[in-house]
Amino acid sequence: MVRMVLSGNHAQSYAAKLARVQVISAYPITPQTSIVEKIGEFVASGELPAQYIKVESEHSALQACISAAALGARTYTATSSQGLLLMHELLHWASGARAPIVMGVVNRAVAPPWSIFTDHADTISQRDTGWLQFYAESNQEVLDTVLIAFRLAEHADVMLPAMVTEDAFYLSHTVEPVDVPGQEEVDAFLPARDRGQGLRLRTPGRIGSFTMPDMYEEFRHKIAKAMDRSAEVLVEIEDDYHRLTGRHHGGLLPTYRTEDADAVLVTMGTATTTARSVVDALRAKGKKVGLAKLRGFRPFPAKELRELAKDANRIGVLDRSFTFGAAGAAFTEVAASLYTAKHRPALRDFVAGLGGRDLTPRTIEGMFASLLKAGGPEVEWSDLKRRLEVVRRG
Amino acid sequence: MARLTIPAEEYMRSGHSACPGCGATLVMRYILKGLGPNTIMTVPACCWTVIGTPFPTTALDVPMLDCAFEATGASISGLRAAADALGIKDVTVVGFAGDGGTADIGLQALSGMLERGTDGVYVMYDNEAYMNTGVQRSGATPRGAWTTTTPVDEGSRGKAESKKDVMAIVAAHRPAYAATVNVAFPEDFLKKVLKAREIRGPRFFHAFSPCPPGWRYPPEKTIAIGRLATDTNVFPLYEIEAGTTRITRKLGKAKPVREYLEAQGRFGHLTTEEIAAIQADVDAHWSRLLAAEASNP
Repeated sequence: MVRMVLSGNHAQSYAAKLARVQVISAYPITPQTSIVEKIGEFVASGELPAQYIKVESEHSALQACISAAALGARTYTATSSQGLLLMHELLHWASGARAPIVMGVVNRAVAPPWSIFTDHADTISQRDTGWLQFYAESNQEVLDTVLIAFRLAEHADVMLPAMVTEDAFYLSHTVEPVDVPGQEEVDAFLPARDRGQGLRLRTPGRIGSFTMPDMYEEFRHKIAKAMDRSAEVLVEIEDDYHRLTGRHHGGLLPTYRTEDADAVLVTMGTATTTARSVVDALRAKGKKVGLAKLRGFRPFPAKELRELAKDANRIGVLDRSFTFGAAGAAFTEVAASLYTAKHRPALRDFVAGLGGRDLTPRTIEGMFASLLKAGGPEVEWSDLKRRLEVVRRG
Repeated sequence: MARLTIPAEEYMRSGHSACPGCGATLVMRYILKGLGPNTIMTVPACCWTVIGTPFPTTALDVPMLDCAFEATGASISGLRAAADALGIKDVTVVGFAGDGGTADIGLQALSGMLERGTDGVYVMYDNEAYMNTGVQRSGATPRGAWTTTTPVDEGSRGKAESKKDVMAIVAAHRPAYAATVNVAFPEDFLKKVLKAREIRGPRFFHAFSPCPPGWRYPPEKTIAIGRLATDTNVFPLYEIEAGTTRITRKLGKAKPVREYLEAQGRFGHLTTEEIAAIQADVDAHWSRLLAAEASNP
């Protein structure tokens, strides 16, 4: 183990190197680019003996990874925002072809208007593509989760692609001390990929194929079962990782000070750190508040949420994106999973921090204040400006 | 006993689900005869998605990976990279795509693969329209041809635009090898595939692939129409190796284009004037090809 000062992006790059990825295929996009630049350095220096395909689009980036994975290679790519949206067709393809690719995604707003800043609309709008989705809160969590994601994705019972996301600039370009495990430690945790399921030379076989209505549904059902099973496998893998490194990131829905909490705020990504400090401040004032972090969005931690709802009377959800015509996606999914709970808490959706708007302690205090009061609208845009100030230049 | 000029080995099985007289089955058969058993085939959405037969069956003796419609070039690069990373030696990666999947929606990925210098083979089997979806015009549909999206009616005379010159686009990337092949000339076809097998780097085949239902001719005429295409200079046979163009079948006097056009229902509406215009197009293309051959370094 060595302690390094790393940006979230370089935490992705180091994790990919430690995972001994064999094929990388990537296309540049801000603010992802420094991930694949660093990997380019590793490959150029010989530190990472891998094939690095510099493709002409994100669409091709993911196709190249899918094809490489079909032959049994461990593959990695990274993207953001528009690049992820261009991949959409192939995101479905990767899960359908059961390609255990790991992808770093830097969460960035979707255009127009152009914005390169944090927003979860890019990955949230890919939630139905059959990818495992993990949202990281710190650079340490980025590095650890990428390694965990490889082992989970490649597990024989799972065989699904995984994305590990980090908020633009708050993590991607901010440096923090990160404990980087040694290569031997990682090799023990993440052995070479089992190539038993790939295409074989001189052997008839087809991955992708086509089916008639008598078969297609069973293929889909297998993916559904694998996704469900991944939640159980994750528990085993995180225990292993904990034994190896002493770190445990708490599964799909880690909680903070939720014991006896009346009001719990559900957060994703870097907003969690700010929310945690707000919880501490409110607890010091005697308010019974806590938080739960949606670390895993796929599989969705419905079981954990129902457990949480046993004690909490009010649950608020902080959404850093909005699903037009409905509400924040995290809110609707939390609400759906609690509908069948024995105890159904009051639910509120707080939409805030879109397009990189700072989620300040004050904004989050306001959410808790609103949550602790009875009533209020189901969906509240918490940090919306009452009046837009337009600065005229010239 | 006569010497076999076509390898006897078969890597494609009967029992596939192609239409009778399908040119695309012959393209696959000859490509595999030439490249042999150590081939990995990647196929986007096209007739061959279906010809290859549904899960859990396959018509090929070699492994096949389906890829996205517009991504064949990237799929070739991915397979090549994996083979290299995993130390899989002596393997030829082949992308096998239709004309729409190559000349239209897949052009970017093809360009990317050629520019990257990927060591692989790209085959465009050209049936000159989106045949698997039911005969819609593509960039490779020739001028004047009837398709379901270029109908023949009062205000429409079939496709108004010329066929996209994919070989010229490919040649502009300076690939290791590029050639046109025609299922009606299997010896020329196999000679080129066997040559390409020994070359490293990106290799491209533009394969003429007659389509009875799409071109509206009886299935037993596939080879006759293929021969006419080359003998009228509609589809000349040539290769470009290390920048040098060589025409591989040259007739003293080409047959009139009319003979080729009149054999197919898709051109049945053409007037004498329209046929003359197509003849002029064909002559111009042939002249450009002769000039390219004459100006070889």
